[in-house]
Amino acid sequence: MRVNFTVNGSKETVDDVWEGESLLYVLRERMGLPGSKNACEQGECGSCTVYLDGVPACSCLVAAGQVEGREVRTVEGLAQGSTGSDQQLDPVQEAFVEAGAVQCGFCTPGLIVQSHDLINRVPDPSDAEIREALAGNLCRCTGYEKILDAVRLAASRKAAAQ
Amino acid sequence: MATPIKTPGRVAAPGQGGVGDSPLRPDGTLKVAGEFAYSSDLWMDGMLWGATLRSPHPRARIVSIDIGPALATAGVHAVLTHEDVPGNKMFGLDETEDQPVLAIGEVRHQGEPIALVAADHPEIARRAMEKIAIEWEVLEPITDPRAVVADPERLKVQERGGITRHQPVRVGDVDAARAQAEVVVSGEYEVGIQDQAFLGPESGLAVPTEDGGLDMYVSTQWIHNDLMQIAPCLGLAEEQIHMTMAGVGGAFGGREDLSMQIHAGMLALHTGKPVKMSYNRYESFFGHVHRHPAQMRYEYGATKDGKLVYADVEIILDGGAYTSSTQNVTGNAASLGVGPYEIPNIKIDAWGVFTNNPPCGAMRGFGAVQACFAYESMMDKLAAACGITPVQARQRNAVSQGSKLATGQVITAPAPLAEMLARAEAMPLPPAADTTDIRNLPGGASQTTHGEGVVRGVGYGVGIKNICFSEGFDDYSTARVRLEVIGGEATALVHTAAAEVGQGLVTLKAQIARTELGIQRVTIAPADNTIDSAGSSSASRQSYMTGGAVKTASEAVRAELLAMARRKLGHRMDDRGADDLSVVGGKVVSRSAGVLASVEEVLGEDVIEETRKYHHRPTTGMDPVTGQGDSHTQLALCVHRAVVDVDVDLGLVKVVEMAAVQDVGKILNRLSLEGQIHGGSAQGLGLAVMEEIVVTGGLVRNPSFTDYLIPTILDMPPMRLDILENPDPDAPYGLRGAGEPPTLSSTPAVVAAIRDATGKALTRVPVRPEHIIA
Repeated sequence: MRVNFTVNGSKETVDDVWEGESLLYVLRERMGLPGSKNACEQGECGSCTVYLDGVPACSCLVAAGQVEGREVRTVEGLAQGSTGSDQQLDPVQEAFVEAGAVQCGFCTPGLIVQSHDLINRVPDPSDAEIREALAGNLCRCTGYEKILDAVRLAASRKAAAQ
Repeated sequence: MATPIKTPGRVAAPGQGGVGDSPLRPDGTLKVAGEFAYSSDLWMDGMLWGATLRSPHPRARIVSIDIGPALATAGVHAVLTHEDVPGNKMFGLDETEDQPVLAIGEVRHQGEPIALVAADHPEIARRAMEKIAIEWEVLEPITDPRAVVADPERLKVQERGGITRHQPVRVGDVDAARAQAEVVVSGEYEVGIQDQAFLGPESGLAVPTEDGGLDMYVSTQWIHNDLMQIAPCLGLAEEQIHMTMAGVGGAFGGREDLSMQIHAGMLALHTGKPVKMSYNRYESFFGHVHRHPAQMRYEYGATKDGKLVYADVEIILDGGAYTSSTQNVTGNAASLGVGPYEIPNIKIDAWGVFTNNPPCGAMRGFGAVQACFAYESMMDKLAAACGITPVQARQRNAVSQGSKLATGQVITAPAPLAEMLARAEAMPLPPAADTTDIRNLPGGASQTTHGEGVVRGVGYGVGIKNICFSEGFDDYSTARVRLEVIGGEATALVHTAAAEVGQGLVTLKAQIARTELGIQRVTIAPADNTIDSAGSSSASRQSYMTGGAVKTASEAVRAELLAMARRKLGHRMDDRGADDLSVVGGKVVSRSAGVLASVEEVLGEDVIEETRKYHHRPTTGMDPVTGQGDSHTQLALCVHRAVVDVDVDLGLVKVVEMAAVQDVGKILNRLSLEGQIHGGSAQGLGLAVMEEIVVTGGLVRNPSFTDYLIPTILDMPPMRLDILENPDPDAPYGLRGAGEPPTLSSTPAVVAAIRDATGKALTRVPVRPEHIIA
């Protein structure tokens, strides 16, 4: 089948999609956007989190056909500018690197999208709010302490910039 | 041949920072931008998808296999069985080679690979696999490891018998000591099967080359050991396979054994096309070995004031159907079976056995984790029997520098365990939970009471872990450092085959090169097999071994740079010669003449490149009868204090805080180090209260992240860290490996805290609600 949708601001058409494919598969294997990760493919780990019409969703649980005409924003669409020296990372992305919240990094794209959404909704989240918002994102490396640091840092930077 | 659209590339290490600083990860920007090339992200024009048919039975004979209908499916390019293995049909870690590439006539565990399919689309491959018809003769699985120890000749999964290794340890005379003991405590303990649960699935890409070989992009912990196993099975010389490390999404021991490597290679050679394989989470639970489950019996005798006089210990580790690393796991369990305590009379018997349960091998802590839960539980029992505190019981028996381990090996480096315990005890305790917010109660938002049954508990745990490979193994590492002027700036390229699995070695290599070369710009080359082995990213050894190799190679480059300065700039120096030359801040400096020149001026168009191998001090084997020997390279200690709130009515546990005291010798990168202690503690917490692969009759009941629970951000409490730096004179910069020790000690600390709150015996991990309310 053919699927038409907007990805990171660009209108795209994807052909030859098998009806059983997930949005995650289409992004990763058909569109060259493997930033969203395939850790469990059953909605438990949050590694594949993307914005779907502005709301975070596990792209592994979204059938490709369901995104027809809709807007998807992936981790690749958070930074300004393209790869390389003119790339300007989002403050959440910067904070994850600086706070040591990235080890193997496989959970990182999903956590960044989820944290990005949290800080947009709640500019100064408490620790309890951060924990609640990120409870659906598994990380096996960090023990989450540095992830909390990263979200606090990103929130304070965004607040200072406004 | 087209190149994959995403392959691992060189990464520039940004910013500044030498040893002791915390510069940012060189791969961090790629990872947060979603652009880092993990092994499951690889893609190539015209590639096929590989899939693996696995056994539904833990033990069965294969009467017949019919691949005809599968092969006839449109879009299927190959269906392969053991008959299609081009070379050796058996492989295995540690030269045991008792594991078939694809099952030959029988299967010995659920999930054992039987056949491979290559197809245009993963769904076509999956449907074709369903058409492979197998006629089975199902057999009764052997699943009781204690029964195997009792009757290894009858209950044998492998031809050579039921026992992988039996390692005794004998010190003094336990029977004589038994008569002197004023206090005797005993216990039986059990550890369930823990999974590494790395998030990046087993995956990779195999690409045929024009000369009949392969380019392989895989995520592994040790490229060269993979290659040693892959090449003979594919009937290729090692030189015909070019291995490149793809991005690794965590490992924790689970990537020491091969998973899809030989299979993808077979399909690529057979079809002549690039083949990608990527397990889903269900398959991943069958696609790698787990932590050995353990059954343990302990008896300790002591004086009435708590001084240990003997230990009588039995440890049975279930390795499943194939050897994997069970021999070395058993060795660790034996040599570290009573932990960091001085005991004059010791009798330990550690067994690794074969069963038809899930195969087990390496996981963070490697044989030391299981025993740690038992010996720490015993120390609490001893404390209770003698009327002293858990900290006192440990301090009265604690090792220190100069103490002997159970193996007779003397701890030559600092080991201030008593002080570490005192520091853990002195840390402030967290305040009582604010029960007006239900999220602070055990069970969180799912709490169904108002916390009337919540009781607080505090517990301690201590662990000792061997760092680097033990028992005589020379696990050297190799580094190549190249210094040249690029774009007007002196630049070092650091090349090793070491696996960056997330731990931050990529950052550390750049720090070491900066410190030793006195320059700022460092680039890290991808790990591959165009350089000699770096050994495994295991046993907390890469800072020590590959760090040591990068340091040694950098020192050689620096020596050549200074010799070059002498040759080119000798006229600017007085005749005191070269001994007082150094590189500081990108300048070659003479003590007599001050700054001579920049590194760039000295180098000019010249390139300096040096490759060095680094070896740790030699170790010995363990005596097969007494277990005695200097078997370990380095030993590392961690102390945990856990504070829990337990709802004794509901059986729910909330870990309120964990505190860790760890001696790392030298802090090389505080940010990365803290991440290792946090992450290791979290995995130990998981084993304490939630993580277990549940197996009945050899069948795994919970192969998913829905049913196998790992700690979330709601489960993991805030941590207090107290990091000590008592240097090890034998190690580079005095460092001590740090990744594993916290994984040992956090489990018994959490369980001790639950016991403190509930008064329950809790002899098995993970602790379940029914153990608390029973």
